[in-house]
Amino acid sequence: MDENLVDLIVTSSPHIRDKAKVSLIMRGVLIALMPATIAGLYFFGVGHTLGVIIVSILSAVVAEYLSCLIFRTKATVYDLSAAVTGLLLALTLPPSSPYWMVAVGAFVAIILGKWIFGGIGSNPFNPALVGRAFLMISWPTYMTIWVKPFTQSVFPPTSAITTATPLNIIKLKGFSELLTMFDGSRLIMYKSLFLGNVAGSIGETSALLLLIGGIVLIAKKIIDWRIPAGFIGTVFILSAVFNRDPIFSILSGGLFLGAFFMATDYSSSPITVKGRLWYGISLGVLTVIFRQFGASPEGIMFSILIMNCFVPFFDKMLPRVYGHLALKRRTSI
Amino acid sequence: MKEFTFKTGGVYPEENKMTKDSPFVPLTPPAIAVIPLSQHIGAPNTPIIKVGDRVKIGQVIGSANAFVSAPVHATISGEVVAMELRPFPLGTKVQSVIIKNDFKEEWVGDLKGIKSLESSSKEDLIKNIRDKGIVGMGGATFPTAVKLSPPKDKVIDVVIANGAECEPYLTTDYRVMMEYSEKIINGLLIEMKITEAKHGIIAIETNKKDAVLLLEENVKKRRIDNIEVILVKTKYPQGGEKQLIKAVLGKEVPVGELPLEVGAIVQNVGTLKAVSEAVFEGKPLIERGVTVSGSAIKRPGNYTIRIGTTVTDIIQQTGGLTKKLRKLIFGGPMMGIAQSTLEVPVTKGTSGILFFGEEVLEMAPQDEMPCIRCSRCVDWCPIGLMPLLIDHAWRREDIKLTETLNATDCIECGVCSYVCPSKRHLTENVRNAKQKILKQRKIEAAKKAAFEKIKALKEKKAQEAEEKLGEGEKVNG
Ligand code: SF4
Ligand code: SF4
Repeated sequence: MDENLVDLIVTSSPHIRDKAKVSLIMRGVLIALMPATIAGLYFFGVGHTLGVIIVSILSAVVAEYLSCLIFRTKATVYDLSAAVTGLLLALTLPPSSPYWMVAVGAFVAIILGKWIFGGIGSNPFNPALVGRAFLMISWPTYMTIWVKPFTQSVFPPTSAITTATPLNIIKLKGFSELLTMFDGSRLIMYKSLFLGNVAGSIGETSALLLLIGGIVLIAKKIIDWRIPAGFIGTVFILSAVFNRDPIFSILSGGLFLGAFFMATDYSSSPITVKGRLWYGISLGVLTVIFRQFGASPEGIMFSILIMNCFVPFFDKMLPRVYGHLALKRRTSI
Repeated sequence: MKEFTFKTGGVYPEENKMTKDSPFVPLTPPAIAVIPLSQHIGAPNTPIIKVGDRVKIGQVIGSANAFVSAPVHATISGEVVAMELRPFPLGTKVQSVIIKNDFKEEWVGDLKGIKSLESSSKEDLIKNIRDKGIVGMGGATFPTAVKLSPPKDKVIDVVIANGAECEPYLTTDYRVMMEYSEKIINGLLIEMKITEAKHGIIAIETNKKDAVLLLEENVKKRRIDNIEVILVKTKYPQGGEKQLIKAVLGKEVPVGELPLEVGAIVQNVGTLKAVSEAVFEGKPLIERGVTVSGSAIKRPGNYTIRIGTTVTDIIQQTGGLTKKLRKLIFGGPMMGIAQSTLEVPVTKGTSGILFFGEEVLEMAPQDEMPCIRCSRCVDWCPIGLMPLLIDHAWRREDIKLTETLNATDCIECGVCSYVCPSKRHLTENVRNAKQKILKQRKIEAAKKAAFEKIKALKEKKAQEAEEKLGEGEKVNG
């Protein structure tokens, strides 16, 4: 046999791998976020809003690159996870956010939210929400200026007409007051909320487009349906229990963005099937409690950040192993 | 028709069954056959020939008295020129008999099979299967006669013919079903008679519908009413014994037990064909169907190959290589074993031989990235394990923890590594952990046995001493 024709390498099975790559998964998430992003641009104007998104993504990527240098690891910029964090952060910010604040948020998200824990896969909290929480605490005024749809078009953003978000209005003035803004019709209100024609963060207002993106991710098996279903379902049912309009409750605020894109962050969500369902349900419970009794009208962000702490607990809900009749209680994992 | 499947986990790798329509073609017997003396799981065989002996096809060259064993036969006629350690597909070296072919194709006596199933006793049938060296041909190589001799208190309800060939590239079982459907049914009937099972099930994956139709037709034609052909969903590892039982019977084999615990026996269709030939034709296992495939071989196809034929021979006979050979795999790409030399021979357990070029490096990249906790490995593991946690514990050398996480239940199907987007070596590490645990357990058991032995010995001595004392007393008294 020709010696040059044979150069055998010996590796362990399996000898083929799925095409799935971290960068492909992240690309899927970016694509799934596109409809909601475009809706944000449509409702809040291409000018400043686009700037916020670009600044956020770029800052996140730069922060990631710098972190790789500082922590001396292989460049992980190309896995697109930083870009996802950047986009997610932008989508949770008010459309009129100043660029410098956005950049600070993105740096905090990547460095404090991700890299001090060891980079991708090691962060216990959702990085984008860490960034947002930081901004919320540091510059609460900027973080609560809400732009009325179609009034912010080009730079500078000050020309925009500001208003309150639907959840804000309920908190301050009650549900009936809110309803008058929609000509007293629940149907019109639902429609506006569903399509996204209301004030709010850049990417959170259109429930419809977030839903489409979320379904794509579920269909592509990038995320598990249990987290969003548990989350949204629980908010729906519990809201009804608390005598709040359940449809309004699930369509308003950042619930869909949080349920499909934030709570499902791999590193900061449970790895077991059962754990994910209960995690989603707990998020729903916490959100309704926050909205009902908390000082701020929202509740998604803090619910997720708080439940992130309990992920190790949900991780103990191990699946039943084939051939083991009952799940043995395990003391330490 | 209803499609059966197991519920948790499993993947659907690209099939690549390009040899599906290639019927078996016999390869010319090799000029030199390298026949490993032990080709089954269980006690090793001892040679019963010497260097210089002349052997004929079908002559026993290795045998054992142990219960769990199967004899090895000469697969060509000629002279035994050496007996030495040679490469074996499992990556080890095994005592092998090297026979130089005289190309006379002389058989050892006339092959005689039984006349009819009705007139034969269970014992006769089992003896035939055992003497002819039949082992599980799906790759596990468990001696078939042993599988068919369950403890007296176990009742077998059903024998399942496993036609769910789920490894990509492999088409051996499919071809056996298409070309030897009669024999598969015969084999099934034989095994049902031996085990007194009331039912026979032939389980075939949905991507082999023509095999389903063919076997169904055959069963109907012969008016057999206790054999059923059923469809199982195309999914890897559907062909795994445990998964197939779950799919077909909805039952789980308890940990550490055999399928007979749930009243079932699973047999690869190729094995059933061999059983039929052993019983009805008296033919020992001297050759088998092998899928030869991959991008680096000129004429991929299914070949009937004498056991002991080396890869070098196969490459020559199938037209050579098309490009630089980078990986040689015995078995399928999911569970097969990469070889380091072309001198490995086909054995009873060789279902496929795959030849890959440079592209294989991209098909299974070796560079690991950090785990992103995507839990794909958890969601797709057919056993319900937590590969990422076991992997992590193994890397930290926390063997206790890998044991708590049930690493020993891993069937080494490769699914976790396959789906991991970070290309982590999960299967490899879970397998390592499993082997380490089993080894430790063995050592523990050996220690315990030794301790017991010493204790027993001491007790015996003490007793003897006492008895002596007693006798002495008697004398004195
Ligand atoms: S190789 Fe083992 S751990 Fe990995 S998926 Fe298969 S059974 Fe599960
Ligand atoms: S599949 Fe890979 S990256 Fe995903 S959780 Fe498992 S080990 Fe981690």
